[in-house]
Amino acid sequence: MAIALETCHALREAAALLGRAPAARFLGGGTLLVRALNEGEADFSTLVRCLDPSLAEIRASGPRIRIGAAVTMARILATRELDFLHSAARSVGGPAVRAQATLGGNLFAPPPYGDLCAALLALDARVSVQSGYSARDVSVEDFLRERGNGAGRTLVAGVELTRPRDSRAFRFLKVSKVRPKGVSMLTMAARLEESGGRLSGVRVVYANMAPAPARAAAVERALEGRRLDRTGIEAAAAVASEGFSPPTDSLASSWYRRAVAPVHLSRLLTGDSKRSA
Amino acid sequence: MSHLTLRYRLNGNERADLVAGDETLLSLLRYRLDTTSVRQGCRQGTCGTCTVLVDGEPRLACITLAATCEGCAIETADSLPGSGGLHPLQQAFMDHFAAQCGFCTTGMLMAAKALLDVNPSPSREEVIDAIGGNICRCTGYEPIVEAVLAAATAARAGATPPAAHRHC
Ligand SMILES: Cc1cc2nc3c(=O)[nH]c(=O)nc-3n(C[C@H](O)[C@H](O)[C@H](O)COP(=O)(O)OP(=O)(O)OC[C@H]3O[C@@H](n4cnc5c(N)ncnc54)[C@H](O)[C@@H]3O)c2cc1C
Repeated sequence: MAIALETCHALREAAALLGRAPAARFLGGGTLLVRALNEGEADFSTLVRCLDPSLAEIRASGPRIRIGAAVTMARILATRELDFLHSAARSVGGPAVRAQATLGGNLFAPPPYGDLCAALLALDARVSVQSGYSARDVSVEDFLRERGNGAGRTLVAGVELTRPRDSRAFRFLKVSKVRPKGVSMLTMAARLEESGGRLSGVRVVYANMAPAPARAAAVERALEGRRLDRTGIEAAAAVASEGFSPPTDSLASSWYRRAVAPVHLSRLLTGDSKRSA
Repeated sequence: MSHLTLRYRLNGNERADLVAGDETLLSLLRYRLDTTSVRQGCRQGTCGTCTVLVDGEPRLACITLAATCEGCAIETADSLPGSGGLHPLQQAFMDHFAAQCGFCTTGMLMAAKALLDVNPSPSREEVIDAIGGNICRCTGYEPIVEAVLAAATAARAGATPPAAHRHC
């Protein structure tokens, strides 16, 4: 089946087109969509691309940051003000994939992908969504909940987030069986900000422990209000897999994921991510 | 089927080609323009053998729609040799036995060129990262890493890359 490519110049125009045509998909970098096309697995008849400059914009000079959905992993890596996101962006594929893979596409990427999405969930980012002519902001959690329903029909314009207070306040770790560039068996991200020496507003996220990146509520409860010392880390590790029924797939069994989660969580929390990567 | 005229530069030459909206850059370059240095491997973006440069960035031709390259400069391995002979990377690949069956070689060369163009003095880790999306099933990667490091040294010195020690 031949696929049509429509080019729009304004966000609203692209969103309206997506809303009107059920078999249309928004084209980000195309690393997943064109692959589906090659595999004969395309469930779309039209690709919509949008050249609105706002989609490629990065505003990162202050504490509140906005990143357009068409910003690629390579551009995140080339932006010094986004250094806290570099480990997550660098973990996505090789350089050629990173030159093409967009933030917007990562929010929709199915497992084992979605590494940057996990980081954005841990950082409590807000997703700007354009549906037809209306725009709204939703949390990454709500976005992921709704994602299945209207996949491809809504247009993500970008994300907004607050810069972590310091470089140690955000941690990211990707466990892969193939080095240097394998897909994730387990990805973890955490925002660990302190107030008076105690953790406050802790957010810990796992990817590939559930069908979509998800917060580890038991770990967050175990850490909240504590010091990030050995006792705190042990308390978190003890409940590392609580609330998760991880999938069994070609990368690992459910049992294995649950068994190794405490080890990798401890490494994430002690800042020893290199041993897992 | 909707077609559009794609204006771009291929290895320094201005071109305009009619492309279908769903045509990949691999299909255009390899099958229509006979640029056979752009290899077809997995068609999933996983093996890297179709790596070309688009405006200086490494890109996987198999998962890039040609139509998205409007106004871009595309470089393939055919562009590497200069008037003075082989590119330092090509010479170093020969000297360091970095090609065996050769199937990955053109993609490896372009991935390495993308690195050296922006970082003439890469570390070993940076070289490993740069070729991290390219699969080689013959060499074990080490000769390729050595070749890229040698090419970088040679290019900085403006000379022929130092040859590997031969043990035969
Ligand atoms: C070899 C290879 C290795 C990879 N490794 C990794 C990895 O390590 N980690 C990882 O996370 N991912 C990985 N990926 C997957 C993928 O490249 C990334 O997830 C990427 O960020 C997807 O973005 P894209 O722009 O290419 O998406 P596309 O292919 O363009 O789109 C993917 C989906 O998102 C939708 N979409 C894209 N942008 C928008 C938008 N702005 N609004 C609405 N919908 C949108 C599309 O309609 C489509 O449904 C890999 C892919 C390949 C080919």
